[in-house]
Order: sequence, then C-alpha cells, then structure tokens
Amino acid sequence: MSNVGIVIVSHSPRVAEGAADMVRQMVGNEVPLAWCGGDPGGGLGTNVEAILDAIHRAWSDKGVAILVDLGGAETNSEMAIEMLPPEQANKVVVCNAPVVEGAVMAATESSGGASLSQVRATAQELYPA
Amino acid sequence: MMDEAGLKTVILAVAAAVAAHADELTALDSAIGDGDHGANMKRGFDAVAAEADVIAASALPDALIKIGTKLVMTVGGASGPLYGTLFLTLGKQLAARPDDYAGALLAAVDAVAARGKSELGQKTMLDVLYPTAQALLDGKSRAEILAVANREAAATRDRLAIRGRASFLGERSIGHVDPGARSSALIVEAIAETLP
Repeated sequence: MSNVGIVIVSHSPRVAEGAADMVRQMVGNEVPLAWCGGDPGGGLGTNVEAILDAIHRAWSDKGVAILVDLGGAETNSEMAIEMLPPEQANKVVVCNAPVVEGAVMAATESSGGASLSQVRATAQELYPA
Repeated sequence: MMDEAGLKTVILAVAAAVAAHADELTALDSAIGDGDHGANMKRGFDAVAAEADVIAASALPDALIKIGTKLVMTVGGASGPLYGTLFLTLGKQLAARPDDYAGALLAAVDAVAARGKSELGQKTMLDVLYPTAQALLDGKSRAEILAVANREAAATRDRLAIRGRASFLGERSIGHVDPGARSSALIVEAIAETLP
C-alpha cells in the first residue's frame, strides 16, 4: 500500500472501532487502517503491545499516523514508537488532534497520496496552535 | 552490592506494597482521575513479581531494564510508560555509571518528566521522585529519604493538577493526594525498608 497508514488508539475498544468505521466509510480500503483500545486486562485503557500490533497492521513505507484520545493513549503510543526499530520509529508520528475527527481528516488526506507530515498537519489543524 | 536473594526480596516487597495499597490508590485516582491506578499498578507489579526469580538472577542494571519493560507492557495506563521509563532509564544509567546511584536516579526522573511532558510541582509522581533523588544525592539516611517521600506525597494534596486526567478538574483537584505521588512514595518506602 502506497498511502500513509492510520492507527486509532482509544481507551475504549468501541470508540476506536467506531472511529475506524467512520474512516472506512470515508476512504474505503485506500488507506491502511488499524485500531486498538482497552488495557491488557480487558478494561478501559491502552496497551503498548496492542499499539505495536496495530502499527504493524497499518504499516506503510510512507509511514503511520496515530490518533489518540486521552493522556495514557498518547504516552503509551509514544512508548510504543520508541520500542520500534529505529528505521520504523522515524516513520511513525502521534497527531495532536481529536481522535474521531482527526482520524477521518488524516485518512482523507492520506487517501490522496499525501506525505506523513502532510497527513499529520491536516489532522492537527483541528486543534488550533 | 545487592545479591540475587536481596534483589528478589526487594522486588517482592515492592509488589506486595503495591498490592496491599491497590484499593487506596484506586480511591485516590477515583477522586481526581479515572480510578484505575490501583488496578493498573497491581497488574504491572504482579507481572514483575511473577518473574522475580528470572529478574533477580540478572545483574542490577539488566534487572531494572527487565522490570521497566514488564511494566510498560502490562500496566495499561499512563503509569505504565512513566514507571517503565523510570526503571528502564535507571537500568541504562547504572550500566553506564554503576556506582552513581543518585546521579542515575536523577537522570531516570528527568526521563519520566520528559515522557510525561511535566515538571516538579504539577501534582504528579515527580513531586515525590525529584525530592527523593535529591535526598539520595545529599547523602541522607534511608529513614530520612523515606520521610521525604512520604511528606512530599502528602504535600500534593494542596496542589493544583497541571498534567494528566486530574488537570481536567482544575481547582477541584486541590484537596486530594495525587495517586501517582502516593504510589511513588509506596515504592520508595518498600525499597528503603527492604534493601539489605
């Protein structure tokens, strides 16, 4: 796949899956997409291992943009990126954007063939600096 | 220098302290956060304790790295990467400067601050970890270090949360001890009381 991949990380698997459904409705299968949600015990939370797995499933040589909901989702995503081999880690970014709108905007940008930095910038326009 | 049995004793004491106070940590977190700190920390340190034999068989830097990695993979909240980073960095630092415990701890706490994009005085675990590292640097006794950790955890009660879920509450975060500061003090206490 030649488009930037999108990963959705929420504390709730249902929020993550629902956001992913909205992305699919917008871009179909043009964009590699994966989601994860929930802690390692099955409760609300996030899980580094699941995030790593989602990054691999959404992998694209153009890179992967991660959309997160609250604090721990961001911290665990940043930790997951650091655990990747360096040649992969420098192609994965966490977007400072709302998870649902950010995922849809990022995926739409990606589906047009945009670069990772363009995809992230588009998602981040949703949170004015 | 700590031997294998000593290291295992410390690991199990920390896990036991976290488990014994899991409900308290959850209650603190329910007041100003999402109420999962006790369960998350217990899951993480139970997973560490389950591998205490293997971890304790390693040299101290490597053992700390194994503990950090296990916490990152099992805790499931922001405290996973935060405590994970603390132990991982402490291990890496001690590998590079085996005799400089205070310097290594200070560097590890700096790494936690960077991971959490936070700093001293924002009602977080850093409010306990920085003074603890400073006390170690100043050559304080074990009892004094323990007293510093407990005093600083209690002092978070009157602070305003700037980072994390508690910051959503604004002024309402004042009047509650920070759960991360409390869990940090518990860990310092368990280590200080069981180090050979």
